[in-house]
Amino acid sequence: MPFVPHTSSQVQDMLRRLGARSVADLYDEIPESLLRKEPPGIPSGLDEAGIGRIARQRAASNTPLLCFAGGGAYEHHIPAAIWDIASRGEFYSNYTPYQPEAAQGSLQLTYEYQTMIAGLTGMDVANASLYDGATAFAEACLMAVRCNKKSDARRIAVARSLHPAWRAVARTLLNGQGIELVEAPLDDSGRADFNHVYENVGGGFDAIAVAAPNYLGGMPDLEAWRALADREGALLVVGINPVSLGLLRPPGEFGADIVCGEGQPLGIPMSGGGPYLGLLACKSRYIRQMPGRLAGRTVDAAGDTAYVLTLQAREQHIRRSRATSNICTNQGLMVVAATLYMALLGGEGMRRVASACHARTAQLVEALTAIGGVRRAFDAPFFHEDVLCLDRPVAPVLAALAKQGILGGIDISSEYPELGNALLVCATEMRTEDDVLRYARALREIYRLT
Amino acid sequence: MSEIPTDLKYTSEHEWVRREDSGTLVVGLTDYAQEQLGDLVYVDTPEVGASFAAGDVCAVVESVKAASDVYSPAGGEVVAVNESLQDSPEKISDDPYGGGWLFEMAPEDPAEWEELLDPDQYEELLDS
Amino acid sequence: MTRRLIFEVSRPGRRARAQAPAAESAAPADLPAALIRDREALLPAVSELDVVRHYTRLSQLNFSIDTNSYPLGSCTMKYNPRACHRLASLPGFLDVHPAAPDASVQGLLECLHELQEMLAAVTGMEAITLAPMAGAQGEFAGVAMFKAYHQARGDHGRDEIIVPDAAHGTNPATAAMCGLKVREIATGKDGDIELAALDEALGPRTAGIMLTNPSTLGVFERHILEISRRVHAAGGLLYYDGANLNALLGRVLPGDMGFDAVHLNLHKTFSTPHGGGGPGAGAVGVASSLKPFLPVPYVEQAEGTYRWRTDSPDSIGKLAANGGNIGVLLRAWVYLRMLGREGLQRVADHAVLNANYLAFRLAEEGFDLAYPERRAGHEFVISLKRLRDRTGVTAADFAKAMLDEGFHAPTVYFPLLVPECLLIEPTETESPEALDALIEAMVRIRDAALSDPEAVRSAPHRMPIQRPDEVLAARKPDLAHAPALRSRAGSSDEA
Repeated sequence: MPFVPHTSSQVQDMLRRLGARSVADLYDEIPESLLRKEPPGIPSGLDEAGIGRIARQRAASNTPLLCFAGGGAYEHHIPAAIWDIASRGEFYSNYTPYQPEAAQGSLQLTYEYQTMIAGLTGMDVANASLYDGATAFAEACLMAVRCNKKSDARRIAVARSLHPAWRAVARTLLNGQGIELVEAPLDDSGRADFNHVYENVGGGFDAIAVAAPNYLGGMPDLEAWRALADREGALLVVGINPVSLGLLRPPGEFGADIVCGEGQPLGIPMSGGGPYLGLLACKSRYIRQMPGRLAGRTVDAAGDTAYVLTLQAREQHIRRSRATSNICTNQGLMVVAATLYMALLGGEGMRRVASACHARTAQLVEALTAIGGVRRAFDAPFFHEDVLCLDRPVAPVLAALAKQGILGGIDISSEYPELGNALLVCATEMRTEDDVLRYARALREIYRLT
Repeated sequence: MSEIPTDLKYTSEHEWVRREDSGTLVVGLTDYAQEQLGDLVYVDTPEVGASFAAGDVCAVVESVKAASDVYSPAGGEVVAVNESLQDSPEKISDDPYGGGWLFEMAPEDPAEWEELLDPDQYEELLDS
Repeated sequence: MTRRLIFEVSRPGRRARAQAPAAESAAPADLPAALIRDREALLPAVSELDVVRHYTRLSQLNFSIDTNSYPLGSCTMKYNPRACHRLASLPGFLDVHPAAPDASVQGLLECLHELQEMLAAVTGMEAITLAPMAGAQGEFAGVAMFKAYHQARGDHGRDEIIVPDAAHGTNPATAAMCGLKVREIATGKDGDIELAALDEALGPRTAGIMLTNPSTLGVFERHILEISRRVHAAGGLLYYDGANLNALLGRVLPGDMGFDAVHLNLHKTFSTPHGGGGPGAGAVGVASSLKPFLPVPYVEQAEGTYRWRTDSPDSIGKLAANGGNIGVLLRAWVYLRMLGREGLQRVADHAVLNANYLAFRLAEEGFDLAYPERRAGHEFVISLKRLRDRTGVTAADFAKAMLDEGFHAPTVYFPLLVPECLLIEPTETESPEALDALIEAMVRIRDAALSDPEAVRSAPHRMPIQRPDEVLAARKPDLAHAPALRSRAGSSDEA
């Protein structure tokens, strides 16, 4: 029987010691009416070869598509060493490092990860991760409300150009606590217009939240929003894509108070949408309000360097109903992958990846907008994503591209009706010039035929 | 046996309160409280200017594995906090009735002072 | 022992050349210069071998299921079959973008749909969502659905969640996140909930109750059917924290006990890896009355094709950027397909057998069971209060000494109700020989505590570090390696 090592004579011996005739005796405190004689109806068990056959067949039945979609999940090169090491049992099958003496490897790695995220974002401290970018954003909002002791607004002004799914998740998680998200509309360049919010809704926000680069690929004027936040007594929350920070000035240099982001681009497979990695970093004065685990450096009884989980009194297993968050797990294994990614790439490697993504996307946008009826939505700089406006509905075009093995981007027309037929496209360093030409040819052909 | 100075008043939540000549109240944790809490690592003090009703949670003290609320002994406004606790929370353990004071408040209703426990009553509470 | 940080291995100018694009790229001319970094990101400069060696060595400092037994109560640290990892890592699953059209990922959706069906079957629930990314998110979803259910019925006064005092810390934290008040009720001396305390707490403000069964004390809540009847009669709903489902898998269904919503920690009962603290997955199942409020998305099947259902008017909304921790879900799918119908009850049977055997043998050896008159579920609590009173050796000391014996420590000081407690959960994947070795180790430590308590109080002695100074860590938080960040321009604060 799978995964149970007992021989039948061992089971008999154990039952004899317990004075039980059968295992059923061990359930004698459970009301008879609740005990099922027959197990629930799921399929019969398979051996490794059998499940392998089914899994391979189903994996193979997924159609591989040449990926030009981004929107929070990106196909980057994943160095071979990453998952070889992350799959080691000592990382894969260990528990949360509550016993630091038995988890120095994970704890030191997490400390290195926190340092790298701080280095990448230009912030003072980072936590040991949250579930994904969307939950990291929601937690950043909750944290901002706790940090901004001068404001009792319980309102966050959030850019509409910030990822729609991040905003949706934040609404779900903030709803119960009566915290409101007020959206700042897009201006002509696709960036958020917070002045509009302040003029129309009035003041009173705990924080201004913006993404750089934003969901639409553009880059907000962080300097202006920092100044506005200062004037209005709000915190500045900035959502990031870590790969972009190989090239772009980090939000810490613009005075961001809290930085959140989706860490999937750091060596984590797209995997249909998860598991990913929620990044959260802040200024050191806010660490007591930070949710999630934190690894810290200290000394052991002999005076040697040691690593522990620290500031645990913030967390649910101690604070219970007054914890900073109900979060219990982090994404430990994804932290291993991201740490190895950042170490392997280094500052120079990440700059190259970011530059290559930008250059390829620029090529893509040029090739696609050369087609009549395709134009850019905004005349503004982008990082590695851009919005294209089509002269026809996007969905049928994407369906036709998929038939040719191309994932042509994300249809954002219903999320952003103000943009009309809008298609969000992306090209990472994985796309070649030929890939771009193939996409452009296919789109031209679809336009010609329909 | 914990020390219970006779010139102070107390709460059932193990806080001590001293009335200054100006009428303001200085609040701290008793020797007994700090013994129970163990090594303190952080104190979340209220902001100057914050107002509380008697019994409101107004501060939190943390040890490595516990967080404990501190309740306002009276209604009023915080007029000073012990900023030095940010860097040296151990002062509460080392000198609970002196350098370990938490905050000072201007009470709304001076009569509330009278209702606090006197040293004998507090000692009885500890014995029970 | 001093170990270097990766930053101390770093040499400016060195890099792992094969992993980044070879092309030297100038700063893009079309981006405003003010937006471009004026110096490289502060990351280590190391070779590929530097990285492989550094992190392989770090891994060797960890305990893990692959190398050690983990009798860690409430965490169900069972073996994580390698097939689950291998098959979930097939490129056809890994290389899927979340925006890929449903038609291109029918194989993946079929697996997820099958998992939903299997989890519905083992919980006795009507519908399952796989979106929650951990148990705590599952709890959030469950309680948020309770709230939505009452509101949809115009029943607005229900703002209290009842939680037993023995509950996991996430339960009250979740209720607070949902904006509900927590009402704690006492556990009786026999480990069951006091029905009188329940009656007192129940009323028109009751939104529901959150329960683990077996409870965190390791015993089956014998009044569960009565509790369920009374809570429902008061207009409340029952939430099942599935952390301890391993004790009942295939034998008792949460739906039969009267629960309206259930979360399952797939990283416990369904054998997906803990990964040093995640990623987990917290699938949620609900009775039909709560189905309209399920978080989106979930997988639906119609006429032989599968699709993500993303629109549902009464849903509590989205919990994750995408469809949940799909890679984890696939591992659970592989596990359940391998286990199969006939394997479900074997999990519970052997988990319960192992726990009862271990509890019985430890009691024989003179350890104090917290609930000696009760049958253990898949875990049990012992109290070391007598040992501590006699020797000064605490549960924490005892736990540290177990590390020296090669066993991960049990859960200590939880549940909060039992002084100096160890919560021990062997799981079904440990052999009787491993249990006997654990018993021998615990006896050795107990004997050492009696003969040389100081040696146990200063344990561990054979681990990579001695006991760390956690007070220093919390008083002077050092959360990032300052020299690695020193060359930064315009730092915001002093770290």
